[in-house]
Amino acid sequence: MELIFEGIKRAFILLFTFDPEVMGITLLSIKVSGVATFVSLLIGISVGTAVALSTFPGKKIVVSLINTGMGLPPVVVGLFVSIFLWRNGPLGFLGILYTPLAMIIAQTIIATPIVMGITVAAMQQLPKKLRLQILALGASRVQMVWTLIKEARLPLLAAVMAGFGGVISEIGASIMVGGNIKGYSRVLTTATVMETGKGNFEVAIALSIILLLLAYTINLILTNIQQRERPR
Amino acid sequence: MNSSCAQSLHGTGETTPVLEGRGLRVARSGFSILDIDTILIAEGEVLSLVGPNGAGKTTLLVALCMLTKSFQGSIFFKGKKIGEEVSIDTYRRKIAMVFQEALLFNTTVFENVASGLNFRKVKKSKIRHIVDENLERFGIAHLKDRSARTLSGGEAQRVSLARAFALNPDILFLDEPFSALDQPTRESLISDFEAIIGESRTTTIFATHDRMEALRLSDRVAVMDGGKILQMGYPEEVMNHPADEFVASFVGVETILKGKVLEAKEGEIVVSIGGHKIEALGNDPPGEHIILCIRPENVTLSSSSSGAQISARNVFPGVIEKITLLGLHYRVDMDCGFPLVAYVTKHSLENMSLNAGKTIEASFKATAVHVLKAKG
Amino acid sequence: MKRITCTLALALVFLGFCVIPGFSAPPTEKNIILATTTSTQDTGLLDVLIPVFEKKTGHFVKTIAVGSGQAMTMGERGEADVLLVHSPEAEQKFVAADYGVNRKLVMHNDYVIVGPAADPAKIKGIKSAREAFKKIAASTSPFLSRGDNSGTHAKEKSIWKAANIKYEGEKWYQETGLGMGQTLNVASEKKAYTLTDRGTYLALKKNLGLEILAEGDAMLLNIYHVIEVNPSKWPKVNVPGAKAFADFMVSRETQAIIKTFGVEKFGAPLFFPDAGKKDEDLRK
Repeated sequence: MELIFEGIKRAFILLFTFDPEVMGITLLSIKVSGVATFVSLLIGISVGTAVALSTFPGKKIVVSLINTGMGLPPVVVGLFVSIFLWRNGPLGFLGILYTPLAMIIAQTIIATPIVMGITVAAMQQLPKKLRLQILALGASRVQMVWTLIKEARLPLLAAVMAGFGGVISEIGASIMVGGNIKGYSRVLTTATVMETGKGNFEVAIALSIILLLLAYTINLILTNIQQRERPR
Repeated sequence: MNSSCAQSLHGTGETTPVLEGRGLRVARSGFSILDIDTILIAEGEVLSLVGPNGAGKTTLLVALCMLTKSFQGSIFFKGKKIGEEVSIDTYRRKIAMVFQEALLFNTTVFENVASGLNFRKVKKSKIRHIVDENLERFGIAHLKDRSARTLSGGEAQRVSLARAFALNPDILFLDEPFSALDQPTRESLISDFEAIIGESRTTTIFATHDRMEALRLSDRVAVMDGGKILQMGYPEEVMNHPADEFVASFVGVETILKGKVLEAKEGEIVVSIGGHKIEALGNDPPGEHIILCIRPENVTLSSSSSGAQISARNVFPGVIEKITLLGLHYRVDMDCGFPLVAYVTKHSLENMSLNAGKTIEASFKATAVHVLKAKG
Repeated sequence: MKRITCTLALALVFLGFCVIPGFSAPPTEKNIILATTTSTQDTGLLDVLIPVFEKKTGHFVKTIAVGSGQAMTMGERGEADVLLVHSPEAEQKFVAADYGVNRKLVMHNDYVIVGPAADPAKIKGIKSAREAFKKIAASTSPFLSRGDNSGTHAKEKSIWKAANIKYEGEKWYQETGLGMGQTLNVASEKKAYTLTDRGTYLALKKNLGLEILAEGDAMLLNIYHVIEVNPSKWPKVNVPGAKAFADFMVSRETQAIIKTFGVEKFGAPLFFPDAGKKDEDLRK
C-alpha cells in the first residue's frame, strides 16, 4: 500500500519538476500514439465507410476480416513488422527498425482495424433511407458521405477513442520495433516495464500514473467533442 | 392498361410535361416490381400514387427522383433526357423528397431546414432568410433552435417538409409523408400542406395508401398494383368509373356484382344479377358478361312503408344483414337477392330505426352504376 | 462544424510539429545497433557509458537489451553491429563460426547464489558453486532459472552439469523466461534460490528479500566481451561504428569509468575492468 503512495508522490514530483527524462518519454508517447491514431482514423473511417455503404460480392468476408483485425494481438503485429524491417528483411533498406517511426507504423496497424470495424458497424446502423434522403436534398456523393459521418459521430468518436486506447497502452509491438532506446524510442509503457524489471517500483508506478492521466486527458477531450449537443 | 396513362395532360394545352418516364422497369430476384410504359406529369399538378403496400409506389418515386440507378428506362425533365441532355446532379438539385419517417439530422431544427441549402452552398444570409420563411410557413418558427431529436412526430414531419420546401424545388416527391402520424396530427398537417401547395403551385408527386388523402389533395390519381399503373385520371373519374375490379375495390366501391346483359337500347342496358334486373348506362350488347360497381354513398335507403316517391329506377327490397359503425357514419350490408352496401348517417339510422333483420328498400340511380367488362 | 474543422486543423499542425523534429533520426551511417544483455542495462552502466561514447564519436547507439542468446542470434543474422555479452562458451562458438570478429575482454563481475534469509537448503558460506547447487537440489528448495539462453542461464546450466544434477522437469526447478531483475523479483516473492550477477543484485537489493548465500567460486566469474559482427557475412554491418564502439569499451577512459561505477550508490563497484588481460588471468 505505501508503495502505491510512494509511487503517487513520485509521480507528482516528476511531473511538477518537469523531470526532463519523464517529459521526453511522455511527449514521445503522445507523438507516437497520436500520429498512429490520427492515421488510423483517416484510413479506418474512410475505408470503413466505403465498405459499409457499398455492396459487393464477398462483403461479409471483408467485414469478418476487419472484425478479426480488431482483436489482433499487438505483439504479433510487432513481430511481423520487425521481421519486415530487419536490416536483411524485405524492407530493411529503409533502415527504420528501432525508431519511433517503426513504432508508429506498428501502432497504426494495430489501431486501424479497430477504428475500421467500429466505423463499419456505426455506418451500418444509420437508417437505411437516410442516404436517399440526403441525396434527395441535392447532396453530391462527397457531401452525402460527410453528412453520414457527421450523423454517426457518436460511435465514430468512440472508434477513435478505442483505437487510441489500444495503442497508448500497447507494449509488445513498441518494444520489438522500437527497442526501448533511452531518450529516443522509449515510451511510457516500455519504460514502465523496464523499471518494473529493474525493481524500481516507485518509478514504475509513477510512470503508470502519468500514463493513466495522459489517457484520461485525451479521452476527456474526445468525449467532449463526442457528447457535444448542437443547439447553439 | 397503360394506354390510359398516356392520356391528356391536365388542362394546360400542349406544353411539355415537366416529367416524363418511359419504359421504367425494375426486377428483383426474377420478379417484376415496377413495369410502367409511360407516365406524364404536368407542371403545377399534384399527382398521387395510390395502392396497397408493395404496389411499387416507392419504387416508382425513387426511380423518378433518380435516387438510384438500378432501374431500366429513361426519364425526361422538361423534355430533356436525364443523364444525357441534363445531368443527374443538375436534376437532383431541382427536386426534393420527403419520406414517411422525417429522417432529420442530429442538429437543430434550423440547421436541418438549412441542410439542402448548405449542400448548394447558398450564402449564409440568404439561408437565414429562406429558413425563417419556411419555418413560418409550417408553423414551427418557435422550434427553430430545438434539437431535432426532441421533436414529436408531427413536428418532425413539418421540419422535413420545411426542409424540402426551402429548396423551392421544381418537383416535390413525397413517400407516404403522413402515414406515420396519428389522426389529429395528420389532419392538421394535411390541411396546412394543402394550403401551402395551393399557394406555391409546386408540382407534387406523392405516394399514399390512403385513398381519402389522395382524393383530397390531388389533381390526378394513379392507382397502382403489382408494379403497374392500373388507372390514372381525375379523382372523380377513378372513383366513379374504376377501370377494373381491383381499382374499384381500392377506391371504395363496396358493391361489385357480376352479371349478364339482358337488354341494350340507346345507351341503356338492363343487367340480370341474381335473378333481379338492374338498369345502368352502357353500350354492351346482350349476352355480354359484365361487372357492376355501385358506390355505397349512392345507395339510398327508405322504409318499405314510406310510400315516398323514389326517382331512382333501381329499387329493391332487402333485408339488413349487418350494420357497422365507421366513425361518423354507418355501413349497412343488405341482401336484396344480391349483396348491396349502403352508407347512412346516424340521423337516418335512428329515423328509420334500422337494425339487423329489418326489411328495407334500397334504391340507386342508373347513372350511379358503373359498368366494367368482365375479364375472361 | 467550424469548430471541428478548426480542431482538426490545429491537430494537424501539432502533429506536423511532432513529426518533423522527432524523426530526424541520425543518418544511417552513424547508427550503431548494439545488442547486449539485460543485466548490463539493468545496472545502469550503459546509461552512463553510451552518452559519453555518442558525444565523443558522434555516433548514435541503439541499445537493444535482450539475453546473450538472442543478442548472438541477432549477430548471426546481421541484425546488430556489435555485441556486448557475457556467455563465453557460446561466444567462442559464435566466433569460431565466423559470425564475430575482434572479440575483446572488457570487464567482469561475478555471479552469486542468492536465496531467502531462512536458507532452507543451508548453503550459506559454501565456497563451491557445485556443492551449493547439489544441496539445493537435495533439499528440493525452489530454484528459479531465467530459462532464456542468456549468459546467466548458460552459466547456471554449466554449474548443474558440473554438479551432475538432473534439474529438468523437477518440481522445485522453475523457469521464468524473464530478465535478471524480474527473475530476482519473482525469486524474492516465492522465497526461491537463484543465480544472479552481483551487479543486478546490488542494484535491486533494497527491494528484495534475498541474501547472498554463496559466492567466490572461480566458476562464478562472469566475464564480458565485446564482439564486432563479421561484415563479410553481412555487408550491411556498420563496420567503422562497431569498431569505434569496441575500441571505446576497452579504452583507458572507459575502463576508468567502469572501475568506479556503482561505488557511490551501492558502496561497492559493480564491475571490474579487464581490458588487455587474458581470460585465464582472471581465474586466480
